[in-house]
Amino acid sequence: MSSAIEVSQLRKAFGDRTVLDGIDLEVPAGTIFSLLGPNGAGKTTTVNVLTTLITADGGSVRVAGHDATTEAKAVRAAIGVTGQFAAVDELLTGRENLQLMADLHRIGAGSGKLVGELLERFDLAESAGKPTSTYSGGMRRKLDLAMTLVGDPRIIFLDEPTTGLDPRSRRTMWGIVRELVAGGVTVFLTTQYLDEADQLADRIAVLDRGRLVAQGTPAELKRQIPGSHVRLRFADPATLDAAARVLAGATRDDEALTLQVASDGGTRALRSLLDRLDEYSLDAEELSVHTPDLDDVFLALTGHDTEVTAK
Amino acid sequence: MSTVASPLGDSAIMLRRNFKHTLRNPTAVFNAVLFPVVIMLMFVYLLGDAFSVGVKYVDYATPGMLVLAICYGLGSTATAVNSDMTKGIINRFKVMDVSRGAVLTGQVVASLLNNVIAVAAIVGTAFALGFRPSASFADWLGVAGMVVLVGFSIGWFTVALGLSAKSVETAGLATVPLIMLPFLSTAIVPAGKMGPGAKQFAEYQPFTPIIETFRGLLLGNLHAGDAIAAIAWCAGIGVVGYLWAVATFKKRA
Repeated sequence: MSSAIEVSQLRKAFGDRTVLDGIDLEVPAGTIFSLLGPNGAGKTTTVNVLTTLITADGGSVRVAGHDATTEAKAVRAAIGVTGQFAAVDELLTGRENLQLMADLHRIGAGSGKLVGELLERFDLAESAGKPTSTYSGGMRRKLDLAMTLVGDPRIIFLDEPTTGLDPRSRRTMWGIVRELVAGGVTVFLTTQYLDEADQLADRIAVLDRGRLVAQGTPAELKRQIPGSHVRLRFADPATLDAAARVLAGATRDDEALTLQVASDGGTRALRSLLDRLDEYSLDAEELSVHTPDLDDVFLALTGHDTEVTAK
Repeated sequence: MSTVASPLGDSAIMLRRNFKHTLRNPTAVFNAVLFPVVIMLMFVYLLGDAFSVGVKYVDYATPGMLVLAICYGLGSTATAVNSDMTKGIINRFKVMDVSRGAVLTGQVVASLLNNVIAVAAIVGTAFALGFRPSASFADWLGVAGMVVLVGFSIGWFTVALGLSAKSVETAGLATVPLIMLPFLSTAIVPAGKMGPGAKQFAEYQPFTPIIETFRGLLLGNLHAGDAIAAIAWCAGIGVVGYLWAVATFKKRA
C-alpha cells in the first residue's frame, strides 16, 4: 500500500515559539489517520503545513507523492480541506456555494447535476435555496464538507470536524467520513476527542506541545492508558483510612478524601465493590464511574494534563 | 471535464460572487447611496445659500460630492474584504489554488460597480437641485474615466486597509479618514476660505486636485496641472494599495 502522506522531522515556529518540534508520520492511502491533542498542541498548524497554507521551517512533507513546498500546486490539486471554522459563503445559498466550487474547478456541463447529488447526499436539498447564514452549525459543517468534495479529492483533511456539534450531527459526520474512506479516499482528521479518534481512525497519533508522544492503532493506545475506574468520596479521613485498608490496591487522595478503584464499571464489579464496603459498614458519600478520556491519555503519556496555555 | 484554470476566469467567478453579495445585501448599497445624497442635500439645499464661492453653490459642490460618494462606498468594501479574510473562506480558496489576485480583483471591481451606482445617484440629485454643468460629451467621458480611476486606485488602497485590519469593526474604522479627507479638501469651500493649517492641508492633499479635475471637467475650466496631479496621485495610491494588498494577502494564512 502506498503512502498518501509522509512527514519527517517537520518543524515550525512562530517567532520564538516552537509549535511543531520534529514530527514524523505516515498515512497509508485509503485509511483514516487521526491526530489527537488538546487545544494549542499544534494540530491546526500541522494541517496548515500539510495543506500548503503555510510552509514548514524544516523537515520534509510529501502529500499525494508531491512535496508540499516545491510542488504546492500538485498537492492542492489532490487534496480537499475542511477547516475548523466552516468556510462557507454566508451571503450565498447552499446551492450557490457548491456551484461556486464547481465553477472554480471548471467542472462545466455536469456541474448542476453534481451539485444536486451533493445536496441530496448531505441532506441539504431542502435548504439549498436559503442563504447559509440561516443554517445551523451542523448544516454548515455538512455544506463545508460537501464543498470540499466537489473537486473529488483523493486526500481529505478534516480539522476538528465535530467540535461544537450536537451528538446527532456528530454521528452523521462520522457516517459521512466512513463512507468517504469506503470510496477509497484517505482521511487526515484532527480531534480533541478520544472517542472520535477511537471510532473512526485506523491509526492515531497523540500530539502534545508540538511533539508526537504516541502513535498506534486505537487498541494499542488504549493499552497504554489507565482503564476505567470507580471514584469513592468519603466523609472524613477516618473512614478513608478504613476503606483504604479494605480496598487494597486503590489509589488514595487525602486532600479530596477519595479512593480510586480500578474497575470496568460494569454492574457486577460495582455490586462486589459495594458489598465489600457494606461488609465493613463503610459508607461513601459519593460514587462515580470514570471511563478514560483524553485527559487520562495525556496524563498517562505525558505526565501532565491537557491544560495548555491558550494561543 | 475540467479545463485549465486561469487567473482571468477565476476573477470573473469571484466577481460574480461579489456581485451576488451586493444583490443579496441591498441595504449596504442603499446606505452607500443614501448617505452621500443626504450630505449633498444638507450642504446644497439647507446651507448652500450661506456659502459664497463665486458660482452657484450646487455647481461648486457637485464635484466634491462625487468624490465623497466614492469614498463613502469604500467603507463597505473594507469590511467585505476583512470578513472574507477572517471567516475562513479565504483559506478554502487558497487551498484550491484559486489565483491569488482573483479574490481581490473581484472585490475591487464589485466596489467599483457600487461607486458607479452612488455617483449616478449624486449626479441625479445634483440635476434635481439645479446643477447646470457646461461639460461637453468629451468632458463627461473624462468624468466617467476619473470616476473609474479614482474608484479603482482608492479601491485597491481600501482592499489593503481591509486586509490589514484585525477585525471587521477596525476595517470599517480604518476607512473613516478616507471619508473625512474630502471634507478637508476643496469639496465644500475653496481652500482660500479655510483657516491657517487647514488651508495648507487642503491645498496639498490628494483629494483637492482630484476634485478640482472633476470641477474643471464639469464647469469647463480644467487646468492641466490639476489633472496631472490627480492622475499622479491616483496612480501612486493605486500602486501602493495594490502592492500592500497583495503582500498582506500572502502573509495572512
